[in-house]
Amino acid sequence: MKATVPKIDRNSAARPETLEPKEEWKLRLYVAGQTPKSLTAFANLKRICDEHLAGRYQIEVIDLMRRPELAQADQIIALPTLVRKLPEPIKRIVGDLSNSERVIVGMNLERTFSSP
Amino acid sequence: MPKVSSRLPLLEKVPTGINGFDEITGGGLPAGRPTLVCGSAGCGKSLFGLEFLIRGATQYDEPGVLMTFEESADDMRKNVASLGFDIDALVARKKMAIDFVKIERGEIEEHGEYDLEGLFIRLAHTIAAVGAKRVVLDTIEALFAGLSNQAILRSELRRLFGWLKERGMTAVITGERAGDQFTRQGLEEFISDCVILLDHRVVDQISTRRIRVVKYRGSTHGTNEYPFLIDEKGISILPITSSGLEYEVSTERVSTGVSGLDGMLGGLGYYRGSTVLLSGTAGTGKTSLAAHLARSTCARGERCLFFSFEESESQILRNMRTVGIELQPFIRKDLLHIHSARPTIYGLEMHLVRTHKMISEFQPSVVIVDPVSNLRTAGTIEDTSMLFVRLVDFLRKHGILGFLVSLTGGAMAQEMTQEAISSMVDTWLLLKDVELNGERNKVLYVLKSRGMDHSNQVREFHITSKGVKLVDAYLGPSGVLTGSARLAQEALEAADVEKSKQEMERRKLALAHRRKAMEAQIEALQSALHAEEEEFRRTVSNEKMRLGRVEIDREAMARSRRVTDRSKKNNHT
Repeated sequence: MKATVPKIDRNSAARPETLEPKEEWKLRLYVAGQTPKSLTAFANLKRICDEHLAGRYQIEVIDLMRRPELAQADQIIALPTLVRKLPEPIKRIVGDLSNSERVIVGMNLERTFSSP
Repeated sequence: MPKVSSRLPLLEKVPTGINGFDEITGGGLPAGRPTLVCGSAGCGKSLFGLEFLIRGATQYDEPGVLMTFEESADDMRKNVASLGFDIDALVARKKMAIDFVKIERGEIEEHGEYDLEGLFIRLAHTIAAVGAKRVVLDTIEALFAGLSNQAILRSELRRLFGWLKERGMTAVITGERAGDQFTRQGLEEFISDCVILLDHRVVDQISTRRIRVVKYRGSTHGTNEYPFLIDEKGISILPITSSGLEYEVSTERVSTGVSGLDGMLGGLGYYRGSTVLLSGTAGTGKTSLAAHLARSTCARGERCLFFSFEESESQILRNMRTVGIELQPFIRKDLLHIHSARPTIYGLEMHLVRTHKMISEFQPSVVIVDPVSNLRTAGTIEDTSMLFVRLVDFLRKHGILGFLVSLTGGAMAQEMTQEAISSMVDTWLLLKDVELNGERNKVLYVLKSRGMDHSNQVREFHITSKGVKLVDAYLGPSGVLTGSARLAQEALEAADVEKSKQEMERRKLALAHRRKAMEAQIEALQSALHAEEEEFRRTVSNEKMRLGRVEIDREAMARSRRVTDRSKKNNHT
């Protein structure tokens, strides 16, 4: 999978966002039960966060099997879905987050990643 | 086929409650299965789905779930409120649940494997909340705009439709038509039980909505395109082409409103529920004849629906009043309804649907369309002919006398109607102008009238201040004479009659004279005879007397002679 993904142009992907390095990240991961996909997604997310946001992130896992009403409230269709609640703006990523590099770009993690 | 299916369990169907749809599908949508409703933008597919849910909730006690991917809650509420549906009330009573799925292109990034389990959970949750039996997904193809992994989407949609089937949901899935495919994303490959196509077509600047059942597995269905309309009561489909030729006919006769015309039609008038075509050129009195029928119908206490495509209601009332036909009281009594509309205001199909609706609502026994030929401006010739076939079928099926007025162009053959419906009608009257000696006169004749002994005579048609009058036209050696020519001929004949009458009178007088003269002569002769007889008698008696006297004289003479002789003797002695 990784081999087929084209190399990401970091300059164009970089966005003019000003992120405080010490900013708190609030992430929410929607899953449906303990499926392999949800487990993979959680593991991938945990890994990325530990690498780039060590000590300043929160992951809330919501199992829609148990709280189905939240699917409608939060406009969830595809699973797993990762929602970046903070820092704003809210961002959504669907999938098992298996492509770390793209997740990093998508979440705007790279600035924090490259700054230290 | 029907024999087999009657033994086997029939495909169960769920009535949609949509006016006319259940008729063309023989009962509604397949129960517990998904149905694809597709069409281009603005064709009414969302409304179809929504009405399916609302009717289900209100008429069949089947709660429903709407999952909409396109409209916002506010937009939708407004849209359906204008159609007279109170969705909020249904939602409050837990008869209906709505889930607005918001997908914005580019908002979602996709990284790695995913599925649409979230959608399933949402749907399952909403279905459970109201105990839904019906589900509408409008328009699920919007997912393809928000998510890019086609392979996942397609396999998940397949799973979704299977899932709905498993739960026994009667579902309507809408899809946007694209090119020659039914739906942009080829949803028809997933939903194979029932496919319905909605269409909104513009021909000659006039748009018409049509619906067609493309496919209905395990069921017979009408295959035609049916026109439908969306109005304040939702969708109405007109399944007229499915009516066929199975209808009861009546032997009852109804008056034409003109006694002379009744006389031409076997003395009794039209058959109830038959179709009458009156064709004629401009200004021949077609509307007046129609008004007569309207008046006589209403006078019997029956209802008459008058579609006017040329004149407004007040115009008709005024014009008919001048020829002595007062229609106003019948309108007040709700026996007569005049519906005036320009033909071009809607497409033909819309006209038909409206006509159909109004007839169903008003329940008339006579329907007048004046003139049908005007509808040609609202569509193509083929469409117009189709419209008439269907209108006539519909009227016959309901036992309504249809009186169609057709305007024929002056240059056209009189016995031809542009609409080519003449073969369909039961009675065909023709009003014709006869131009002779510098004047135009109207004649009426019955071209055909099925199932009755009708007159073959041409009648002169007069519009008087007391309505229409039919006068026997003059049929003389020089052909049919009308108007003043007829009057002149009649005067001529009258003079002839007068003349011969006078001649006879004169002869009679002369004869009387002669008789008198002869009688006088006879009398004279008789008196002469009498005189002669008298004379003769007198002569005879005279003669007798004379003879008697002669005798007497002779005796006297003899006596005297003897005396003389004695005296002579005496003297001589």
